[in-house]
Amino acid sequence: MPEHHKNHVVPYKTYGFVLAGLIAFTLLSVAVTQIYLGPLSVFVALLLAGLKTTLVFMYFMHLKFERRTYIILVVFVLVLYVAVIVVTMLDYIFRIT
Amino acid sequence: MATEQVVQHQEEYDREIPKLGMWLFIFTELLFFGGLFLVYTVYRFENPKAFHFAAEELDVTIGTVNTIILLVSSATIAMSMTAIQKKQQRNTFLLLLVTFLLGVVFLVNKSFEWLEKFEHGHYPGSETLQSLGHGDTLFYGLYFAMTGLHALHVVIGVILIIVVMVKVKKGLITGERYALLENSGLYWHLVDIIWIFLFPLFYLVT
Amino acid sequence: MSQYSNQDQEPSYLKYQGKYKGILGWIFSTDHKRIGLLYLYSIMTFFIIGAILGLLMKLELIAPGETIMGAEEYNAVFTLHGITMIFLIVIPGVPAILGNFLLPIMIGAKDVAFPRLNLLSWWIYILGAIVAISSQFMGQGPPDTGWTFYAPYSYQAQSNVLAAVLGAFILGFSSILTGLNFIVTMHRMRAPGMTWFKMPLFPWALYGTAWIQILATPVLGITLLLVVAERTLNIGFFNPALGGDPLLYQHLFWIYSHPAVYIMILPGMGIISEILPTFSRKPIFGYRAIVISTLLIAFVGYFVWGHHMFTAGMSGTALFAFSFLTFLVAIPSAIKVFNWLATMYKGSIMLRTPFYWGASFLFMFMVGGLTGLVLGSLATNVHVHDTAFVVAHFHFIIFGGLGFAFFGGIHYWFPKIFGRMYDERWANLGWVTFMVGFLFLYGTMFYLGIAGMPRRYFDYLPEYHTGNVISSLGAIVMVTGLAIIIINLIISARHGEKAPKDPWGGQTLEWQVDSPPTKENFHEIPTVQ
Repeated sequence: MPEHHKNHVVPYKTYGFVLAGLIAFTLLSVAVTQIYLGPLSVFVALLLAGLKTTLVFMYFMHLKFERRTYIILVVFVLVLYVAVIVVTMLDYIFRIT
Repeated sequence: MATEQVVQHQEEYDREIPKLGMWLFIFTELLFFGGLFLVYTVYRFENPKAFHFAAEELDVTIGTVNTIILLVSSATIAMSMTAIQKKQQRNTFLLLLVTFLLGVVFLVNKSFEWLEKFEHGHYPGSETLQSLGHGDTLFYGLYFAMTGLHALHVVIGVILIIVVMVKVKKGLITGERYALLENSGLYWHLVDIIWIFLFPLFYLVT
Repeated sequence: MSQYSNQDQEPSYLKYQGKYKGILGWIFSTDHKRIGLLYLYSIMTFFIIGAILGLLMKLELIAPGETIMGAEEYNAVFTLHGITMIFLIVIPGVPAILGNFLLPIMIGAKDVAFPRLNLLSWWIYILGAIVAISSQFMGQGPPDTGWTFYAPYSYQAQSNVLAAVLGAFILGFSSILTGLNFIVTMHRMRAPGMTWFKMPLFPWALYGTAWIQILATPVLGITLLLVVAERTLNIGFFNPALGGDPLLYQHLFWIYSHPAVYIMILPGMGIISEILPTFSRKPIFGYRAIVISTLLIAFVGYFVWGHHMFTAGMSGTALFAFSFLTFLVAIPSAIKVFNWLATMYKGSIMLRTPFYWGASFLFMFMVGGLTGLVLGSLATNVHVHDTAFVVAHFHFIIFGGLGFAFFGGIHYWFPKIFGRMYDERWANLGWVTFMVGFLFLYGTMFYLGIAGMPRRYFDYLPEYHTGNVISSLGAIVMVTGLAIIIINLIISARHGEKAPKDPWGGQTLEWQVDSPPTKENFHEIPTVQ
């Protein structure tokens, strides 16, 4: 079966745009710390980190152009990991001290 | 997965084999650091104020600069893939060189950061650290453990990049066979991703 | 084509000489079959050591008070027994030995995806074993923390915890690399026509296992490093005096070690899924259900670890969640048992050694599994946690389950691996002896545990004496059976009757190649219909 997306060459410019986006998100995360968000601040920080990570996965690590299998595996691993954290926190959040 | 059972006569070079192997290794690294992020989650939850104040002792400027350095280095090593696929050996080498230098700068910055902390008696195992409040001890323990483990991985990445540069120069990595370059790139991006999370969790929790 | 090997044309993997001569041709070999045997010999050696340690424990427990050792020695013995059995035997066990040998052949490949990495896995295994065992002889005495290395004792103990923990850390890499190799092999090297759902069930079991090896082992890795950091740097993560929580150690430890038990049992289940159809002369019942159950066990198995910690001090919510999830994970295992039974139903049973092991596996696994539900249930757990009941449960499921499956597999594939038949009568005598001893050794422990006898104690109250006598005598019988089995296999490997390609009427690809196979397994990669 021909792998038509094999050897897909990403233009230099694309990487340039992605980098610009990443730097923008970074500066945004720093700027956002100036605004008082209370408990939401962690959430926003992680959200922005998540967006940056998605860009790195999809473009720098080429997932957007690979066979779909890789994205499925990455998502699966991340979901599993987050679930482990959630289940662990069921202990700590609901402890009575 | 109907597309998976591609008929690859086993003598032919299968590009997916080294790539899939590398991704699986990346998964192990994610879970490895993941254990530490879990520890962070638990102790941040239990010591929110202490973590907040301890984080103020870290220099956001250096942290931001280091973040951008790694992001740029990720871009350059990604571009080196474009270069090798376009058979531009020289550009490949130069982009790798830039990546390497940026990695070194990152490590130098980190060393300065750490040395500053050491001078204040804040180093792993120090009496000072153990006599801080609980939240602070844990924050610094996590800071050194996680940035330390990360820095170790940066060092490994830098060494890998040197190896790749040598092979590119010698023509052992080409537009036809570049698995080592591709996989080193993936490793470097992983190192970048870990820092993308370390940065807000240690520097921006204020 | 003769039903026997084409030995006059091409030497078997046992005989050919490559770049290196003699033993170097083995310890530097990247041939998956030779690597499988390297693992077999090393693992069997460590198994004998582990078994002797277990026997020493049973001899101590045959009477109250100090019989052959005191409390400290007993603690050191059960620690090494656990470390050896868990990290050196049952975790690598089936994947490293039978998986390495058979996986490529069963999917129609010439080797695994990364043959050199495969050899490295074995070298790392040996290094890890040496480091772990060195803990016995260096430093301030052998570790006595138990193989579970619980904080705070693991970071306070004067004994040589460091070497044991580092040994386990190194061994983790061996496990990870094996899993990585197998996943890539199955994704990319199946023979033409072998779609995922035509792949036999033993490879599928190895696939599920490999994912656990990849995703769970690193968590143990970091946890062990944190123990080192606690011991050397007082980092404080598990030390209450510095703000840490010892329970967090338990969470981290069991986040790996529970999935680890699925690393142990899934390959064993895969073996059963191969043996029972062959010896029932019927295809497996419910192939797809078994595949899906395998993947479900691997997945759900990630979320039940807290059932090792019910009495440790977790929140009520966590208790409830973990108990519920534990009951859930039992379901796919039960589905498999039903499918295995249905496979045998109305089959034409061949009463041979592999079948005996396979059928008795079903009984042992059921006992182990059902007692697991007793442990998974919050109210009863309080009563039996840290008693001999737990010890009985996990020996039934690991030893009775995986162990029986392993022996079944070794006898089943023996003709393929060595080109010779084992002696049937000695093998069956060994099986019966072993099983009878096993049942007395571990069966009595259920009773003892419910009656209140704690585990990991060198001494006990007089009321537990009779049960312990029966149990320890059972151990002696079991070890006798073990000796019969192992000696029979060793002798048969050299002097057994020459085996044909397919002594059992097996339907999978390995029965189409020579016994023993040639270096590249296949003269030509087959195309599967």
